[in-house]
Amino acid sequence: MKMTTTMLACALALGTVGVQAQTFKWTSASDISSWDIHSQNNALSNGIHAAVYESLVYYDSRTFKPEPVLATAWSQISPTQLRLTLRTDVKFHDGSTFVADDAVFSIERAMSKTSNFAVYTAGIDRVVKVNAKTIDIFTSNPNPVLINQLTELRVMSKTWSEKNNSTVPKDIKTQDENFAHRNAMGTGPFVLKEWQPDQKMVLSRNPAWWGKSDGNVTEVIYTPVRNVSTRMAALLSGAVDLVLDPSPQDLGRIRSSSEFKVVDGVENRTIFFGMDQFRDELPGSDVKGKNPLKDQRVRQALYQAIDIDTIVRVSLRGLGQTTGALVAPQVNGWTEAVHKRYPFSADAAKKLLSDAGYPAGFEVDFACPNNRYINDEAICQAVTAMWARVGVRAKLRTLPLVTYFPMIQRYEASIYMLGWGVPTFDAMYSLQSLVRTVGAQGDGNYNVGRYSNPQMDALIERAKKETDLKLRTEILTKALALQNKDVAHIPLHNQVIPWAMKKNIDVVHRADNRLDWRLIKIK
Amino acid sequence: MFAFILRRLAQAVLVMVSVALIAFMLFQYVGDPVVFLLGQDATPEQVSELRGQLGLDRPFLIQFWYFLVNAVQGEFGISLRQGAKVSHLIAERLPATLELALVAGVLALVAGIPMGVYAALKRGSFVSQLFMTISLLGVSLPTFLIGILLILVFSVYLGWLPSFGRGEVVQMGWWSSGLLTANGWVHIILPAITLAIFQLTLIMRLVRAEMLEVLRTDYIKFARARGLTNRAVHFGHALKNTLVPVMTITGLQLGGLIAFAIITETVFQWPGMGLLFIQAVTFADIPVMAAYLCLIALIFVVINMVVDLLYFAVDPRLRVENAGGH
Repeated sequence: MKMTTTMLACALALGTVGVQAQTFKWTSASDISSWDIHSQNNALSNGIHAAVYESLVYYDSRTFKPEPVLATAWSQISPTQLRLTLRTDVKFHDGSTFVADDAVFSIERAMSKTSNFAVYTAGIDRVVKVNAKTIDIFTSNPNPVLINQLTELRVMSKTWSEKNNSTVPKDIKTQDENFAHRNAMGTGPFVLKEWQPDQKMVLSRNPAWWGKSDGNVTEVIYTPVRNVSTRMAALLSGAVDLVLDPSPQDLGRIRSSSEFKVVDGVENRTIFFGMDQFRDELPGSDVKGKNPLKDQRVRQALYQAIDIDTIVRVSLRGLGQTTGALVAPQVNGWTEAVHKRYPFSADAAKKLLSDAGYPAGFEVDFACPNNRYINDEAICQAVTAMWARVGVRAKLRTLPLVTYFPMIQRYEASIYMLGWGVPTFDAMYSLQSLVRTVGAQGDGNYNVGRYSNPQMDALIERAKKETDLKLRTEILTKALALQNKDVAHIPLHNQVIPWAMKKNIDVVHRADNRLDWRLIKIK
Repeated sequence: MFAFILRRLAQAVLVMVSVALIAFMLFQYVGDPVVFLLGQDATPEQVSELRGQLGLDRPFLIQFWYFLVNAVQGEFGISLRQGAKVSHLIAERLPATLELALVAGVLALVAGIPMGVYAALKRGSFVSQLFMTISLLGVSLPTFLIGILLILVFSVYLGWLPSFGRGEVVQMGWWSSGLLTANGWVHIILPAITLAIFQLTLIMRLVRAEMLEVLRTDYIKFARARGLTNRAVHFGHALKNTLVPVMTITGLQLGGLIAFAIITETVFQWPGMGLLFIQAVTFADIPVMAAYLCLIALIFVVINMVVDLLYFAVDPRLRVENAGGH
């Protein structure tokens, strides 16, 4: 008996040595603006919130298939009713037990007026508790991507919110700060220890977490650093372990260094050009009385005049994967066939232009952001030169994103650059916003070239209602192929996002550009 | 005297209103904060609803009037990015900027004056030439470059000093101070040097020129004739007379230190008002930008007014002309 105790003590001591405190320090340009999980729908916040608050399901970091988190199983009871079974052994950070009421409350909170998560609650009619570990979600129409939407709906404790006056999301327009704005209490693998906005955020490992973690990080410290040179210096001087958004021109040096490395990941974001296909005459063009961009041949000429390989190699320094599809390969609906580009050929472009009646080319307005996508301005400058070779004189203007996006949304650009990420990993998200005729309820809300094809609209409407998933995916692929045939947009590339870090850091580069807190390993 | 002050006050108010108007006008063209608040998936209806709630759809003059009325009460509204009161945000950031400006100012004086004196007394010596060359670099190199170079040398290559942030701070009421911990001092060294270099070289060159001028005057010759030691002549007589213009310039430059801190703060991620302003610009956070510009204008106006009044007190000629009552 005595010996057993000694052995136990030894084992305990060994155990303590095994769990050495490992602090992971990282940085990127800006801080999150609130800890309230439904206050703002922002990619960085959503990723950081996920360390403390868990959702019912979440994308697996490697396969990007929805994996069970707080829900262990789900099934479609009827086309408009989804039943989820909840995990039973989950405790919140304050020790209380996670129950169905919390799940129902959180989804309803995300649906409330001051929430900015309408994109993810779209189509949800009501949420009903069946018993302590089962809930039903009713949708107004069959919704095949409901599970994907649930990945971004994180869960808060109902009692905690009620006790702390945080039952509604913090309204960004008012100064009433709720408790949940600066404090956080979820079920996640990390606990929020300290947050000084714009300065420092400390998360520490949740010892009572239900799941198993592959990582060995016990503390995460986030310090936003706005200036990119300072950010890189912080990595090089060892002050941080990882930079989420390193400067592209420093990557070569870091890749060849013996102390640091770069992990690249193809982001689920496609960069493309859109074209005004609505106006009868383009402002600022020398073609009067007609709009050359309405002609499919002209659009294809612009497409084929672009030497995309050179752009990726030179303008992007390799940080891009060329694509002929409007969505990235991870997205449902993508196929090898729709990924194939029209070949680059200046001669073919010239021929198409003269067939369309513009043998000498034409003048056209061309707008690009200069601080939104990786090297966006450089890409547009290169494309302007390539178009000039076939006679199209694009008058390039580049704008910072704060003025660029309202401008294109007022339909003021003839040719514009846009990048589209797909948080649901389903092509419907892109098709509905980008190629559906402008209408209500999100239809064509970023179709700012106002492309319109009744055939396309019919395909999208069919896919919206189709509940046979296989058939639905086929329709999505058909729509993507139709976009290519029409050249509604000119796809360029999927962004490759580099992360720079010390050699001893082991992370998984998720396609949504987020860190997976459970998988970080420090060797 | 009273009329003089009144006139000065009226001018100050005029300056403040103009700054407020220009600032407010500029911001109409900076961009649309609504894009940030709602994200790329928002519908046009949601956008116009939010614009209405924020008052962004009201006519320009009405928006400006509300802005002025609130500004006079020290109220600049809600930060669109952080959802907190702008006055709170600024009060939170003010100590960092003031401490940085103070340390940089002291550094500029403590190093600049002796260097200037030395350069004047040992004119032509190697060290003096070196000082003058360095000062030329200090005046002509942009602040961000100096900052990055310092980081590269002292943080990346040598690893002696931290490259960003303010380190540990001690909270005393609403004032947070980094000057009470060793860690805080280590963090302030590089940004303070970066911010001080321009002022330092300015003061050094000024002291040198003034010193050379004073050393040529008759009373210095008399002092020497009386057999006073070099030390007494240089520091007791020459330096004292040199310092009058130096103090004036330093006072005026204090406003400059606070305003120029923007670049230094950005390079070193120093959590002061300048960094707050730059972050606000990226997000088109109009209330924060407006408040910052108005505050900086206020600091300049106040310093200028104090300097004017000091002149009035120091320089008898000003008093005579005004008291003449022509």
